[in-house]
Amino acid sequence: MTTIKVKVNGVEHSADIEPRMLLVHFIRETLRLTGTHIGCDTSHCGACTVVMDGRALKSCTAFAVQADGRSITTVEGLEQDGKLHPLQDGFFQEHGLQCGYCTPGMLMTGLAFLSENNNPTDDEIRHAISGNLCRCTGYVNIVKAYQHAAQKMREGGA
Amino acid sequence: MIPRSFEYFSPQTLDEAVALLQKLGPDAKLLSGGQSLIPMMKLRLVSPEYIIDINRITGLDYVSESDGHLKIGALAREHQLESSESVKTKFPILADTAKVIADPLVRSQATVCGNLAHGDPANDHPATMLALGATVVATGPKGKREIAIADFFPGLFTTALEPEEILTEIRIPFPPPKSGGAYLKLERKVGDFATAGVAVQITLDDSGACKTAGVGLTNVGMTPIKATQTEAFLVGKKLDEATIQQAGETAASESQPMDDIRGSAEYKRDLVRVLTARALSRALARAKGGA
Repeated sequence: MTTIKVKVNGVEHSADIEPRMLLVHFIRETLRLTGTHIGCDTSHCGACTVVMDGRALKSCTAFAVQADGRSITTVEGLEQDGKLHPLQDGFFQEHGLQCGYCTPGMLMTGLAFLSENNNPTDDEIRHAISGNLCRCTGYVNIVKAYQHAAQKMREGGA
Repeated sequence: MIPRSFEYFSPQTLDEAVALLQKLGPDAKLLSGGQSLIPMMKLRLVSPEYIIDINRITGLDYVSESDGHLKIGALAREHQLESSESVKTKFPILADTAKVIADPLVRSQATVCGNLAHGDPANDHPATMLALGATVVATGPKGKREIAIADFFPGLFTTALEPEEILTEIRIPFPPPKSGGAYLKLERKVGDFATAGVAVQITLDDSGACKTAGVGLTNVGMTPIKATQTEAFLVGKKLDEATIQQAGETAASESQPMDDIRGSAEYKRDLVRVLTARALSRALARAKGGA
């Protein structure tokens, strides 16, 4: 067992874990933050995407021990003081989800992407989400939701 | 899917990492980006007893220019190549390559050096590095040594690295004026390995004929393939349409694909012919100053 200290959504956590524990299992089962989904479990679908130290990654393809000393944001960390993040608002306004399974991953990819580029073209958005699969194939509205969020972020919404 | 148990080490310096490799022997595996290793561990295709995570070593995450070379450190991520201005302007072939590796989330973690050190003929950077004539730097107990990329891939999932060595840097010489390159890959979907991929890097002489040529092939053999006959064929020739087509045919004859889920050997060989001709045309346009 190894002891790790990780800041998740601004809260410090300390836990004893096996080195082979995947980051997604640490988030879902140790911290009970089940907003982060497991989809394919093979690095393809992106449902498990979280943001670690500013970079979006697939948490099924990292060990929890690698997060020691780092800072993670999950979908639960988007809403602040009862106010939806511009991305969440975008998905709500533009109907960016159908079944919702891919949504946490789509939101977290968006968080890292829009913080680097808050004035993207539709084409850039489509490239950015190419590692996130929506099997409802609701991509058109997801792109619109990103644009909605980007505009709000440009206007200083977050 | 959960990997088998392993003991985890997180060295803070390169010396420490090399010492661990020496001490733990062949049952130890280095973890950098982990985007190939972790999926293989989850599928239990590999089950290393010891994992040496090099991500905490500082000063290895550079993409920089010095001594006439582009230098890529062991922990530089694919995302860094993709967004590097010097890559975009001086090495369009590298930007081509980085963009088609896996997907953006994988590229935020995956390292360029790891893409070579994994020794997988389906990976994309080996062909590009073969075309560019790169050198890799291996760091081991006796210090650093340089290995020409053409000598780096002796067999399937095998590299010229000794068990106690770490691939710490890739060095790519700056192309002379009138150079251009391109990487083309056909994939069934984003994130898939190449059905086939072709990297071409050329330099023209004052008369506009091909002075030097590098051609690398992805996923059409047991190792990444340096298409030496195609390279020799191109040197000294004006790159007109007939020559470009013939180069494609030569490259196809140098490929050694196998039938698999991505297509028949015959189909892949023909793909090499077509992709080589297209990559050559794009490289030529870039050598003449186009995009």
